[in-house]
Amino acid sequence: MSLLTVQDITGGYGAADILHGVSITVNPGEIVSIIGPNGAGKSTVMKAVFGLIRIRKGRIFFQETEITGMRPDLIVRRGMCYVPQEYNIFPSLTVQENLEMGAFLRKGDPAKEIAKVYDLFPPIKDRRKQAAGTLSGGLRQMVAIGRALMLRPSLLLLDEPSAGLAPLFIDHIFKQIQKINRLGVGILMVEQNARQALRFSHRGYILVMGTNRYEDTGENLLGNREVAEMFLGG
Amino acid sequence: MEVLQLIIYGIVLGSVITLGAIGVSLIFGILRFAHFAHGDMMTVGAYLALVGVGVLQWPMPVVFPLALAGTALVGIGIDRVIYRPLRKASPIIMLISSVGTALMLRSLVQIVWGPDNKIYEAGIDIPYRIWGLRIKPDQITIVLGAFALVVLLHLFLHRTRMGKAMRATSDNIDLAKVSGINTERVVLWTWIIAAAMAAAGGIFLGIDTRLNPIMGWRILLPVFTASILGGIGSIYGAIFGGLLIGVVQELSTLFISPAYKPAVAFGIMVIMLVVRPRGLLGGRQ
Amino acid sequence: MELSGLAGYAIFFFTVAGIYAVLALGLNVQWGYTGQINIGVAAFFAVGAYTSAILTTAPSPGHVGGFELPFVAGLIGAMICAGILAFFVGLVTLKLRGDYLAIASIGIAEIVRLFLKNEEWLTNGVRGIPAIPKPLSGLVVGGDPLLFLCVILFFVVLTYLVLERLFCSPWVRVLRAIRANEDAVLAAGKHVLWFRVEAFVFGSMIMGLGGALYAHFTMFISPEAFDPMFGTFLVWVMLIAGGSGNNKGALLGAVIIWGVWSGTEIFTSQLPDALVTRASALRIFLIGLLLEVILILRPQGLLPERPPKLSGSE
Repeated sequence: MSLLTVQDITGGYGAADILHGVSITVNPGEIVSIIGPNGAGKSTVMKAVFGLIRIRKGRIFFQETEITGMRPDLIVRRGMCYVPQEYNIFPSLTVQENLEMGAFLRKGDPAKEIAKVYDLFPPIKDRRKQAAGTLSGGLRQMVAIGRALMLRPSLLLLDEPSAGLAPLFIDHIFKQIQKINRLGVGILMVEQNARQALRFSHRGYILVMGTNRYEDTGENLLGNREVAEMFLGG
Repeated sequence: MEVLQLIIYGIVLGSVITLGAIGVSLIFGILRFAHFAHGDMMTVGAYLALVGVGVLQWPMPVVFPLALAGTALVGIGIDRVIYRPLRKASPIIMLISSVGTALMLRSLVQIVWGPDNKIYEAGIDIPYRIWGLRIKPDQITIVLGAFALVVLLHLFLHRTRMGKAMRATSDNIDLAKVSGINTERVVLWTWIIAAAMAAAGGIFLGIDTRLNPIMGWRILLPVFTASILGGIGSIYGAIFGGLLIGVVQELSTLFISPAYKPAVAFGIMVIMLVVRPRGLLGGRQ
Repeated sequence: MELSGLAGYAIFFFTVAGIYAVLALGLNVQWGYTGQINIGVAAFFAVGAYTSAILTTAPSPGHVGGFELPFVAGLIGAMICAGILAFFVGLVTLKLRGDYLAIASIGIAEIVRLFLKNEEWLTNGVRGIPAIPKPLSGLVVGGDPLLFLCVILFFVVLTYLVLERLFCSPWVRVLRAIRANEDAVLAAGKHVLWFRVEAFVFGSMIMGLGGALYAHFTMFISPEAFDPMFGTFLVWVMLIAGGSGNNKGALLGAVIIWGVWSGTEIFTSQLPDALVTRASALRIFLIGLLLEVILILRPQGLLPERPPKLSGSE
C-alpha cells in the first residue's frame, strides 16, 4: 500500500493551470523529494495534495483513501501534516505554545509529544518560553517542523525546509528530517537545494513546467549526467 | 492638584475606552476588519443593563454579567446574520456593513427606549475625598472592574487552549487552519469576548455619565484612536491607548474649550497617523 | 387644489432628490472611482452650505459674514472651502489604508460639527443663519419652487456630464487602476498619493456644491441640518443602492432612496405625536436594514459598474 498517490493532477490558482498531469507516489517509510526549476509547480503540487488549491483533473489518495478536494483540516485529522515555506510559525506565541497549537486537535495533554519534539530539536527547548517570532531562521524552522509533528503524522509535507538557512544549518536540518523519517514518518519535500535534498532522499521527482520529467532513486538522479547538468548545477 | 484630579477622571474614562478598544483590536486581529458598530454595541450593553436594573429592579452586580452575556448573544447573532455572509468580501465592504449595523443598533435602542437621557439610579453619588482629590465610589468600581476584566482576559488568552488558539489565529489564520484549529470556533469566541467587553464599557460609561442612544457612537472615535495608538490588532496596545486617550482628553480641558473635548481624540489620531502610523507600540498593519 | 398640491410636492421631492444626487455624485468620485471610504460627507456638505450662506447673506450683528455676494460666488466659495478641508484631510490619511480614512472622516465630521456649534462669531452657533437668498427669486410670481428646481436640475446635469466625461479620461483610468491594484500603478511610476488626493478633493468640492445648493434651497441652516444621518448615511445608501462606481446609479439611488425615506415619512407623520421620534428611529432602522440587504444580496446595486470604454476599439 502506498502512503500517498498523486494521480495525474491538473490545476492551478485561478484560470491558468500550473500543473499539467503530475503524478507522484510516496511509499511508507520513504523520503521523496520534488525538485525542479522555478515555476515548475513544485510548491503547487504540495498545496494541491494538502487541499489548499483546487485541482481540475486527477485524483489523490492517502493510505488508499481518496482525499481529492478534501479540506485541509480533515486531511490533518487523517495523519498528513504540512509545513509551509513562509509564515510557518505563530510569531507572537512562545515556542511551547506553537507546539501546543500543533496538537490542537488532540484531546488530552500533549506533553509527551512536546518532549519528543524537544528531543529531536534540543536548541528550541531552551527557548521554549521565547516568542517564536524572535528566533533566528534555523530555530524557527525547527519550531515550524515541530508544530507539524505534534499530531504524529504518517506523512509530513515540507515546502522548502532549507529555504533561507545558512549552509551549515541546511545539512543539519536534512539530518533531522532523516531522523524523523527513521521514526516512521514518510516525508514529501519540495526543495530548491536539489543536490543535498537528493542525497538524503530515497526517491526524487524532477518537475519542469508542471509535468513530470524524471523519476528515480535519489542516488541515481545524482549520478545521472544529464540531470546533473540541467538541474543540479553541473 | 487640578491636574491630578483630571488624571483621575481620565483614568476612569480611559477604562471605558480601553474596554471598547480591546474588542476592536480583537475583531481586527482575527476577522481583519474595522468594526464600526462597536460603539453601538457598547450602547446595547448599557441598555440591556438598564432593563435589568430599571425594569426588573435587580441589583447591578447581578445584572452586569447578564448584560454581558446578552450582548455577547447579540454580537454572535450579528456575525451570523450580517458579517458571515460577507466574509469573502473585502474588508472595506465589511466596514460599510458595520456602519449599517451601527445605524440599526442605535435606532433599535431609540425605538425601544426613546431619545432621552436615562440613568441607572437616581440620587447623588457622594465622592470620597482622598488627599484633597474627589473620587466617586462608582468611579473606583469602574476602574477596578475594568482592571479585573483585563486580567481575566489575559488569563484566558494565555492559559486556556481556546485563548491560545485565538492568539494563533490572530497571528496567522492560514497556519491556524493548516494546524487543524477550528477557526469558526475562534470567531465565535472572538465575538463573545469583544461584545462582552464592549457591554462592560457601555455599562461603566452609563454609570459614570448617563445613557442615551448615541452614547456609543460618540465614543467610537476615541475607541478606534486608542486601538490605532496601541497598534491595531494588539490587545495590550489597546489598553495603553485607552488610558492614554482618556487622560489626555481630560487634561486637554486645561488648554482648550471643553466643548471640543470630543475632538481631542481625533487630534491625537491625526498626529499619530502623520508621525507613526504603526502605532506607538507596533502591531500589525 | 389636489393637483397643485401634488405638483408642489413633486417639485419639492425632486429638488431635494437633486441635492442628494449631487452629494451622491461627489461620493461616487471618492468611493466609486477611487475606492475611498468617506464617512464624513456631512462635513463637506456643511462646510459648503455655511460658506455659501456666509458669503451671500446680508450683514448680521450675530456673526461675521454678510458679504452679500451673488449666488454663483457662494457656490464657488463653497467648493473652494470644501476642497481645502479635503486637501488637508486627504494629505494626512490617504497614504494609509482605507480604514484610517474612514475613521478620520468621522473625526472630521465631528470637528466640523463642534466648530459650527461653538464658533458663534462665524456661524451664529445653534441659532443658525437665516435669510439665505434664493436665486431667481421673485422672477415669476409663485414660480420660485419651480425655478429653483430648474437651478438644481441644471447643476445635477452639469455635474453628471462633467463626471461622465471624466470617466473616460486617462485620469480616471489611473484612479480605477489604483483602486484595483495599487502596487502595479506604483510600479508604473505614477504618483499614487497625488491621484488619490485629487480625487478626494474633487469629490469633496462636489459635496460642497451640494451643500451650497441646499443652503439656498432651505434658506435657513443650522448645525442640526447636517446630522450624519442625513448628511452621510443616506447618501451612502443611495450610492450603494443605485450602483456604486456608476454615475447613473448615483442619480437613480438618490431618487429611489429619497423616495423610500419620504414615503415612510408619510406613514409615520400620521402617527400621534408621542410616537413620532420612535417612528423616525424606525425609519432609520429600515434604511440601515436596506443597506445590509443590498450589501448581502446585491452589492453592485441596481446599476452595476461598467468599466470605461477604451478610446480605441476592442
